[in-house]
Amino acid sequence: MIWELELVIYIFLALSAIVALEVKDLLVAVVMMTIFSFLMALLFVAMGAIDVGFTEAVIGAGVTGILFVVVVYQTSRKSKD
Amino acid sequence: MRRQFHSPIVLLGARLLSPYIMVFGWYVIIHGHYSPGGGFQGGALLAASVLLIRVAGGRRIARLQIQEFATTPLAVIGVLIYFATGLVAMAMGGYFLDYGALPIPGMDPDWLRYTGILIIEVGIGLAVMAILVMIYDNMVKGEDYA
Repeated sequence: MIWELELVIYIFLALSAIVALEVKDLLVAVVMMTIFSFLMALLFVAMGAIDVGFTEAVIGAGVTGILFVVVVYQTSRKSKD
Repeated sequence: MRRQFHSPIVLLGARLLSPYIMVFGWYVIIHGHYSPGGGFQGGALLAASVLLIRVAGGRRIARLQIQEFATTPLAVIGVLIYFATGLVAMAMGGYFLDYGALPIPGMDPDWLRYTGILIIEVGIGLAVMAILVMIYDNMVKGEDYA
């Protein structure tokens, strides 16, 4: 693959990981993790592992995001007791 | 879940997108034996198309699509397809999952292997879809669910 494009993807990968770790809002963290997963899938495909990239895109960017959103909406930031 | 409000635009987008995801999931399952993908990825795509409607529409609309009590029998049917294929091959004198021994008349052994993998993939896809939807349902339902 074109190495400039891969460099851009790597930079965005690191940025999304740092934002997902440092941000205060949990919903933003979930979206950032979804972006991380999708960029990871692009890198897997670029490295030639198409099956791994397919699984990563479907599971990491699709189903896991939905499940994390459900978890975030079922918890509250401050405890009540 | 927390407070829900109705957004017709989100529901329209989900309704527009969901059938195409489902068709692509079946494509991945059916073509799984000679191209990337397979039962697990196709089943996860089917589950994604079902979960999209569930997230966008809420419980009342989700009841129209796949009801909550239907997920466990679907998963069991998927597992049964898998094991029935393997055990039928075993009963006909081959090994477990030895597709060449399947008793389908009028087929060469290579076409039998082709078809056997296809049957297995359909079973795996059904099981994966049903179990991912079941996980979502049980997470939404609350904590006191065994």
